[in-house]
Amino acid sequence: MPLTLASRDGATPVAEDLTRAPLSVRGLTVAYAEKPAVFSVDMTIAPGRMTAIIGPNGAGKSTLLKACLGIIPRVSGQVQIFGQSLEAARGRLAYVPQRASIDWDFPARVIDVVLMGLSRELGLLRRVRASHRDRALACLDRVGMRDFAERQIGQLSGGQQQRVFLARALVQEADLYLLDEPFAGVDAATEKAIISVLKDLRAQGRTVVVVHHDLATVPEYFDDVFLIATRKIAEGSVDTTFTADNLQTAYGGRLAMAQLDRVAG
Amino acid sequence: MSGALFVPLSLTPLLIGVLAAIACAIPGNFLVLRRQALIGDAISHVVLPGIVVAFLLTGRVETLPMLLGAAGAAVLAVILIEAVRRLGNIEPGAAMGVIFTAMFAGGVLLLEQSDTSSVHLDVEHALYGNLESLIWLDARGWVSLLDPEALAGLPPELLRIAATLLALCLLCWLFWRPLALSTFDEAFARTLGLPVGLIGLGLVIVSAGAAVAAFDAVGSIIVIAMFICPPAAARMMTNRLGHQVAWSVLFATLSAVLGFVFAGYGPLWLGFADAVSAAGMIATMSGIILVLAASFGPCRRRVGAPTA
Amino acid sequence: MLWHALSLQLGYNATLVAIGATLLGLSCGAAGTFLFLRKRALVSDAISHATLPGVAIAFLVMVALGGDGRWLPGLLIGSALSAWAGLWVLNRFVARTRLSEDAAIGAVLSVFFGFGVVLLTVIQSLGTGRQAGLEGFLLGSTAGMLYQDALIIAGGGVLTLLALLLIRRPMLAVSFDPDYAAARGVPVARVDMAMMVLVMCVTVVGLKIVGLILIVALLIIPSVTARFWSEQADRVVLLAAAAGGLSGYVGAAISASAPNLPTGPIIVLVSFALFVLSLLLAPGRGVLASVLGQMAFRREVHLRQGLLALAQNQPVYEPLTRRLLRRAGLTRADGVATEAGQAQAAKALRDEARWQIARADPAHDSIAVLYDGLRAIETVLTPDQIAEIDRRIGAPQAVTP
Repeated sequence: MPLTLASRDGATPVAEDLTRAPLSVRGLTVAYAEKPAVFSVDMTIAPGRMTAIIGPNGAGKSTLLKACLGIIPRVSGQVQIFGQSLEAARGRLAYVPQRASIDWDFPARVIDVVLMGLSRELGLLRRVRASHRDRALACLDRVGMRDFAERQIGQLSGGQQQRVFLARALVQEADLYLLDEPFAGVDAATEKAIISVLKDLRAQGRTVVVVHHDLATVPEYFDDVFLIATRKIAEGSVDTTFTADNLQTAYGGRLAMAQLDRVAG
Repeated sequence: MSGALFVPLSLTPLLIGVLAAIACAIPGNFLVLRRQALIGDAISHVVLPGIVVAFLLTGRVETLPMLLGAAGAAVLAVILIEAVRRLGNIEPGAAMGVIFTAMFAGGVLLLEQSDTSSVHLDVEHALYGNLESLIWLDARGWVSLLDPEALAGLPPELLRIAATLLALCLLCWLFWRPLALSTFDEAFARTLGLPVGLIGLGLVIVSAGAAVAAFDAVGSIIVIAMFICPPAAARMMTNRLGHQVAWSVLFATLSAVLGFVFAGYGPLWLGFADAVSAAGMIATMSGIILVLAASFGPCRRRVGAPTA
Repeated sequence: MLWHALSLQLGYNATLVAIGATLLGLSCGAAGTFLFLRKRALVSDAISHATLPGVAIAFLVMVALGGDGRWLPGLLIGSALSAWAGLWVLNRFVARTRLSEDAAIGAVLSVFFGFGVVLLTVIQSLGTGRQAGLEGFLLGSTAGMLYQDALIIAGGGVLTLLALLLIRRPMLAVSFDPDYAAARGVPVARVDMAMMVLVMCVTVVGLKIVGLILIVALLIIPSVTARFWSEQADRVVLLAAAAGGLSGYVGAAISASAPNLPTGPIIVLVSFALFVLSLLLAPGRGVLASVLGQMAFRREVHLRQGLLALAQNQPVYEPLTRRLLRRAGLTRADGVATEAGQAQAAKALRDEARWQIARADPAHDSIAVLYDGLRAIETVLTPDQIAEIDRRIGAPQAVTP
């Protein structure tokens, strides 16, 4: 994988395979109990950029992400990652699930959770060595959680749990990062820490896709937006796509006009 | 008690009890963490119909067909439960309740219908096992442990449960990481390409194997205590998965030894003549250990995420 | 023979058993439904196994007091007390420790059962064969049931049914939505408790007929069966009672019609047969209906997506979509839209445009959430409203192949 090598050296990644979109979706439909939550969506994520997937509650944002990753089945549609099938490209993506989807009562320490990110690399037989631990600790350091490495995960605050999840994704050293509502219910310091890590990733040429709910921070955090309300409403750069018109189409009456003016005015 | 009595009469049942308890406790850790503790319940109930069907098909009380029958019934039950849950959109607990009770009823009916009175295959035996009967008649004392001739007369149940435990430990060591990961965060495990469904099914099959091997010794209902109580007590003692499994092995051993000793000698100490059910006493001991751990264990309280 | 049994002509004892089993089935079905709707079906498993030590202790106490030990009311009271203890331990585990409910259920049922087995062996060691009959509580035994026993079982069944009838409303409210019920002032904890007491009562009543291992089946299977036939909770309760009663009656009759047909397992298997029929054939939730529904849904999604792609001159990627379009006569073999295809594609695209306007318009806010890509806009807006939207879109555009 030329991209990972190049970025580890700090060089600008201009690998060939970047011409293939990190994530592209064609005609994706996902349904719960015979009601489509996502209907016939096309999506192309541009490489090396930060994209926010936004839309009203129940518009299928997380569903879209999970279906892309094969976590939930799709009714129709195709997903490609760097021009490859999901199976072929698994090693190049990292996923940060919603914090609330996990039983935090599980008997594990912070470091154990981060090491789970190395599962693919370690396989069945290889044992965890000092070098693996060092990498995990380095990732914890990047999210400001190094001092918590030996802590039981249930004792963490919501924001700290989210940072641990991010560290687990970082240790995977992926080219495409997919995060599901990473800012939901976290403190301001965590939000700042997470966004700075994500911006670092972008600076290294990696692609970041975030399911996001806070419209106010979209222009500040992201390069591109993908607006969804069961169907795709619009996609493109924040400047051209994050407009009052598009938001109105996506949110309808569910978004107060005043809020519209504030975020996209 | 001297070796001359202890070795032939108590050593093998005690060992079998301990090994059976450990063999159930190890997969039990994952079942409890996955909120699938009652799969153990379901598996242990369907062992009876499995054995009865195997008996009816072969017409003999032989170990291998019965083991296969029991394991087959366990796998069938798990598949049926999953099918009812998905196809009927029924919550897992109710789906389990429907399947294992119906299969158990079928087993009892077959047992009553068939002429099994001539052989030793009765419901009570299936329910609470017969640990006390697994004695080592060829033993003459501790020296028999070095005597190949006497060793050849060891009850086959002991070798079977030992082999099961060995295989189980090996599998657990090999698949430790995928098992832990898919138990903790299934969605994330899926994105890594782990066959999450297969891992879950594998765990259930291994548990069924442990239940079947332990079945001879402690019967089908008490197996549930071994699946659940030692891991549940262990969870109250530590916050690390590896340590939890170690604690559960300790608790399982403790339950088996104490249960066996109290069942055999407790009544004598109290002035009664006859011993009581060792399997029942082992389950009782595991329950007492669980209550103690739940009352005093350092990690007994729930912490969990402050949910949004 | 079976007909004689079904028409209650097999003699006094068989008739008693049949009536008792029917009443038991009725009350089990109804009581179990509340547990099932509360998603706590297997709590009944813990309750029923926890009765064993109580039965044994009651026997020992009665013997110690110089009695016979087999007096049914005494045994039933003992079983109720120990079931209550099991339930109490279960609730303590869940409330005070990190143990989840399923693990607590398993721990209680197996440990109580194990302790009960220990006590049974104690009784055996007392000798003189007086324990005969206690094993019957494991799997039920109706052979040699006394008239008084049958009367107690029938009476218990009737009383439980009456109690169920009395407090069905709060129980329904709690099992449907405990938080909402609590907000409306229903004492959720107390209703839960009452629910458990009722389940305990039917369990105790049923011990003699189906035994403690299989009583769970009568509490769970009829309610799951009934759930296939109705979406309304009160109807599910009635249907479950009916399914339970029918299983009890038919099962007892079959069991009486031939030797070696134990009553408990037969009742359970009859109710399981009803369950299988419902699982397969029930309209709506049944397997057959839902498989057909899923297939139709899949076709509908693919066709709609295909039409939208045609309308926008986009390539159709999925083979299934192409096949469906061709089979519906919407495209020719080479993938080019037929006349009908063009017309339908234009309509699909126009509907999408209409929906887009409607969803962006705060005036139509309530219908925006109904959009799922498939729902026809005509089902949510009046022709006048659609005409108004069309005016905003402009003249229809033809789709060119």
